[in-house]
Amino acid sequence: MVQKLSRRLFAGIAATAVSITLVSCGGGGDTAGDFDGEVKVGILHSLSGTMAISETTLKEVEEMAIKEINEAGGVKVDGKSYKIVAVAEDGASDWPTFAEKSQKLIDSDNVAVVFGGWTSASRKAMLPVYEAKNHMLFYPIQYEGQECSRNIFYTGAVPNQQAEPAVDWLMKTYGDKLGKKVYLVGSDYVYPRTANTIIKEQMKALGGETVGEDYIPLGNTEVAPIIAKIKEAFPDGGIIINTLNGDSNVALFKQFKAAGIDPEKYPIMSFSIAEEEIRQIGPEYTTGTYATWNFFMSLDTPASKKFTSDFQAMYGDDRVTGDPAESAYNMVYLWKNAVEKAGTFEDLDKVRETMIGIKFAAPQGEIEMYPNHHTSERVLIGEAQEDGQFKILEDSKTAIPPLPWNQFVPETKGFTCDWTQDRPDAGKFKM
Amino acid sequence: MELFFSQILDGLSIGSVLLLAATGLAIVFGLMGVINLAHGELMMLGAYVTYVVQSIFRPMGGIVFELYYPVALVLSFVVTALVGVLLERTLIRKLYGRPLETLLATWGVSLILIQLIRSISTAMLLGILVAIAIGYFGNRVLRSKMAEKPYLPYVSGLFWAIATVIGLVSVNLLSSSRALAGAWFGPRNIDVTAPKWLQGSWGSIAGIELPGLRIFIILLSAVLLLATVWFLSKSAWGLRIRAVTQNRQMSNCLGIPTDRVDSITFGLGSGLAGVAGCAITLLGSVGPNLGAAYIVSCFMVIVLGGVGNLLGTVLASLMLGLIQSVVGSGSLLIVFPDMPAAARGVIEFFATTSMSLVLVFIFIIAFLQFRPNGMFPQKGRSVDA
Repeated sequence: MVQKLSRRLFAGIAATAVSITLVSCGGGGDTAGDFDGEVKVGILHSLSGTMAISETTLKEVEEMAIKEINEAGGVKVDGKSYKIVAVAEDGASDWPTFAEKSQKLIDSDNVAVVFGGWTSASRKAMLPVYEAKNHMLFYPIQYEGQECSRNIFYTGAVPNQQAEPAVDWLMKTYGDKLGKKVYLVGSDYVYPRTANTIIKEQMKALGGETVGEDYIPLGNTEVAPIIAKIKEAFPDGGIIINTLNGDSNVALFKQFKAAGIDPEKYPIMSFSIAEEEIRQIGPEYTTGTYATWNFFMSLDTPASKKFTSDFQAMYGDDRVTGDPAESAYNMVYLWKNAVEKAGTFEDLDKVRETMIGIKFAAPQGEIEMYPNHHTSERVLIGEAQEDGQFKILEDSKTAIPPLPWNQFVPETKGFTCDWTQDRPDAGKFKM
Repeated sequence: MELFFSQILDGLSIGSVLLLAATGLAIVFGLMGVINLAHGELMMLGAYVTYVVQSIFRPMGGIVFELYYPVALVLSFVVTALVGVLLERTLIRKLYGRPLETLLATWGVSLILIQLIRSISTAMLLGILVAIAIGYFGNRVLRSKMAEKPYLPYVSGLFWAIATVIGLVSVNLLSSSRALAGAWFGPRNIDVTAPKWLQGSWGSIAGIELPGLRIFIILLSAVLLLATVWFLSKSAWGLRIRAVTQNRQMSNCLGIPTDRVDSITFGLGSGLAGVAGCAITLLGSVGPNLGAAYIVSCFMVIVLGGVGNLLGTVLASLMLGLIQSVVGSGSLLIVFPDMPAAARGVIEFFATTSMSLVLVFIFIIAFLQFRPNGMFPQKGRSVDA
């Protein structure tokens, strides 16, 4: 009897588990319109796993942009109008999966373009696929630079559009008061390590000093030893540059506050904390710290306000927008503008050529695609407020041109990338 | 010297977080021989209970809000202990003496709990309740009607399947209403704010800063440890638990209700996990994946300390905490400034967070070479296999 009972209970538990998994599945409706045809585009972000928290928003924003374009009559290519149909795939926070799904989107779905990725690791995994198939990927996130692929368009900031102006600003604002010294804290993977190499070179060039750097494994939440080292290096206060990603940020800010490291004496500049992250950390912990981005939700322009209100109308009033979302939104429009100008979305070489110089009136202001396949970006420095929004302290007003090969790092100094030039090493050559 | 003491304090505090997290696991593992891979998720539940309590207290504001934390501590213990008892009654009880199956089953439970927290909404809760109610009561009726029929298990399995389908349908029906379909927590991390009196520093003694929450966590883990030791060694149920640990059959013969002892032990272990989760909200982020960050360190502590030995657990967690803080912050260099260059280089090499964790692992491996059963191995007739 006991045996039978247990079997039944197991069946019950299994059934409950199945029902839980199934609940999350649902379908979306389509509305037929007056289009001459359809064009498929791929959306490839992590919809499960650790990165799902961040990447799901990108998928939502891209779908919003596609919906807007379709409602405005679709993509008009060669006198015909095409409805954009998005094929969404899940990268599952697993980098090889990104490569596999890219292959699937290109080969079986025959998409015209893929919008996708967040982490540098996922981009590095996808890159060989797009280069081998000579296809096209749009990548939306600020990253460490030092890459320039013919087959990728990058719509996030490279260090000269985020980290470098931030360091300049810190030195200008705090250099006299706290000395030209910085302490670097980051997660232990490619972006923080490369970004910090650049910052160290830049500090040297500015006549300053990097007094310490420390890396925390992704997901680790113990920062007591780092706090001890910071207090050792800066007994009376000093500048901290934070390139941590994900959960470690929460631990950092909570434990900083407990240890009496307050932003008055220890100004902290973060490169991975946007409005969404602040919501998860808790605004009371981040108030008074700084962030540098190309877009803030608090940016007071009609385009910015419209972007945020459209997003909230579609996904809920409690949602926030931020730099990664804006960048993901921009890339859909950049692609649309380029294929409309090129008159084709199938001839990728022609689209690629036309893409250079394409402009878009983005929520941050006008941006332009440069010959090095990166976009120009407006640079904004903001101070986190108690309501979880940023007060903009510094504004470049105009968009800064991108320099993917860093000019502070000796190995890449003097190198540039220009895909309009007809040379085999157009991706990286000496100026 | 100041630095040295503040390092000791940091080490104690890292160690006491480990201790808080590992005590519950050590009890369950040691007394019942159950490797509970869902331990981290029970901690996560404790953290979410804290979040719920905080959300209830927040509108009251002022001084009342400041007092939410003690309430959350108690409630997180109670709720996770109840979940633990439920788990033990429905699942773990069926798998005693089968360590591998227990391992897999508790891992499954941990996945279910993570997904549950991510996607639970009022609609889903109602759907699950409907399915369980139909399945459970339907089966009771079935059993009374056809108690001895050989095909009963198949019929009842079919009945559960039907109940599941009804549950799913009702979830989908209910989900059409926006109020019911909204996820309670969602997959994102949530924000738990420590009350003001825990956020800042509690002043300083002889130049050493006393961070409020670190002192609080050290005190909390000390109090909990003492309470657990008292419960196990002085109370009547503690006596029974120890008796069952030593010899299950004999205890059973002597009239100790071993099944209730099991429930209580598992409930206690789970409750301690919940309190640990509540404490962790002060230090780090709270999200569905919270448990994964801690479960490995918990097992490290248990293996190093000797399975199921509380004293070993205490020593092991403090030792690991101290290694991490003293080595990771490189403060040896400051305490002993005239070190030979070679030794200096080695210490600097390990003075990063990643490398200090590597050192911790090396230490554990080396230690286990000499004492494979940990610091305090269990002696004599231990848990029945």
